[in-house]
Amino acid sequence: MDLNVTLSGVALQNPVIPASGCCGFGHEMRPFYDINILGGLALKGSTLEPRFGNELPRVAETAAGMLNSVGLQNPGIEAVAQAIAPALAQDFHQPILANVSGFSKEEFVKSCEIITQCDAVSIIELNISCPNVHGGGMIFGTCAETAADIVAACKAVVTKPLYVKLTPNVTSIAEVAKACEAAGADGLSLINTLLGMRIDLKKRKPIMANKVGGLSGPAIFPVALRCVWQVYAAVKIPLIGLGGISCARDVIEMMLAGATAVQVGAANLVNPMVCKEIIDELPGEMEKLGIEKLTDIIGGAHA
Amino acid sequence: MRRWGYKETHMQTLDFTVTENVQLTADIWRVRLAAPLCEHSEATCAPQVGQFVNVQIDGLFLRRPISVCDWEDGVLTLIYRVVGAGTEKLAQVQPGQVLNVLGSLGNGFTIVLAQRPLLIGGGVGVPPMYYLAKELVKAGQQPIMMMGFNTIDDVFYVEEFTALCRLTRVATVDGSFGVKGFVTGGLEEFDYDAVYACGPEPMLRAIDQTAKELAPGHMQLSFEARMACGFGACMACTCRTKMGYKRICKEGPILTREEVSWT
Repeated sequence: MDLNVTLSGVALQNPVIPASGCCGFGHEMRPFYDINILGGLALKGSTLEPRFGNELPRVAETAAGMLNSVGLQNPGIEAVAQAIAPALAQDFHQPILANVSGFSKEEFVKSCEIITQCDAVSIIELNISCPNVHGGGMIFGTCAETAADIVAACKAVVTKPLYVKLTPNVTSIAEVAKACEAAGADGLSLINTLLGMRIDLKKRKPIMANKVGGLSGPAIFPVALRCVWQVYAAVKIPLIGLGGISCARDVIEMMLAGATAVQVGAANLVNPMVCKEIIDELPGEMEKLGIEKLTDIIGGAHA
Repeated sequence: MRRWGYKETHMQTLDFTVTENVQLTADIWRVRLAAPLCEHSEATCAPQVGQFVNVQIDGLFLRRPISVCDWEDGVLTLIYRVVGAGTEKLAQVQPGQVLNVLGSLGNGFTIVLAQRPLLIGGGVGVPPMYYLAKELVKAGQQPIMMMGFNTIDDVFYVEEFTALCRLTRVATVDGSFGVKGFVTGGLEEFDYDAVYACGPEPMLRAIDQTAKELAPGHMQLSFEARMACGFGACMACTCRTKMGYKRICKEGPILTREEVSWT
């Protein structure tokens, strides 16, 4: 069984990457399994300046999923580049994806300039799709022209593969994807969370302090799959599929839709062993389905 | 064979078997769960005092964090208040059923060298004080327990604490049981050299304001927050402290008086 995949020249021993925001800065998963079994690891989204994030409560439960409005709590991109990523890379030998967010084009560019200097980082994931910050985040990813403008500016300063994380909260994700590709994106990660909310019946107020938040978990898997399917048909660059993946069969389904690799998000928060379980289950599921090489099935459902 | 338990360096998810699930008051329940068997000794397996576990409930996405009330021979006792869909389902769980439990989580209380520790629990903040009181007694200390409830119908575990503690006092807001008022009323009457408390935030703040000066680290307060993962990955429960941002689930739930930053 061959689980190897490649993202813009970066080799992954398997396609399973814990998603940004769902595995902290990597160390949080260490008590549960040897993190070197992972295909890669996506760090918590970081901004130029350190951020506390939103007020609490930051999470709410939903049917088959959850909402979060953490709001990009992070120690700043400098700390990630200088200390956090290098420390992780000392004994984590798989590709590290650094997730970068911001509130202006200038901020995105500055953060990219800093993180591209970090040897520990293999791929830069540009988060223009965070639904939980005001005056930034998702705003950039909902308009094809704005997205392309930021991607082009960041591409000009980075020396590593630049992946753009897209929001599903748009009329046509394929249009945004095409604009990012044209602007120089090396790949795309999709999808970020769907904007949602819950109300506390007793208090008659939104549960989360930020009032709205991003929906994730198995509830959004079909939406993510549809987005990957549509974007695969629209662009030629590799895709990382994410959104509600929680088992090996989901991984295979996402790859058939067009993903080269996948990220596992909310499932980690419920079952911290889930990435290991998926990696362990993959060969068995592949065998059942007559798959010898995972790369053979990328986009296979389009044929 | 002993029963499997948890230690910080080896957090894990384990299937526990429910041995009882009983109602203590109108909305307070106690569930007892037997750990699966393992070859480890009890000492390395037991949760630390003040830690919590994150319990998976069938049909609900997120786990429910519940503080450890007791651990005896591999049997975990949790006391919970039925407040919503998750705990309503938990109250329906029958003996013999299996619950997946992630643990043990959080920093736990640090047992400090003191002679007369004062334990304060408010409502559903009372249960973790039981495991703590037991361990303090084992360590040769003589705890005083102050427990606060709204009214007589909410009161539970008075006999249990009375059997363990040098002194157990109950306060109810309406005066229907024990002393009338809040747990913080009359703190000055007690001779104490350490404080451990768990309860609603206004209660913890009142304790910080009312209690006398203590040696550093000798006032430990256990906080609550709406969580997702429980092990530090999602940053849903971060709070500001004088020592920087802390995740209630990971660097907490216990904060010392010196760290707490009231907002």
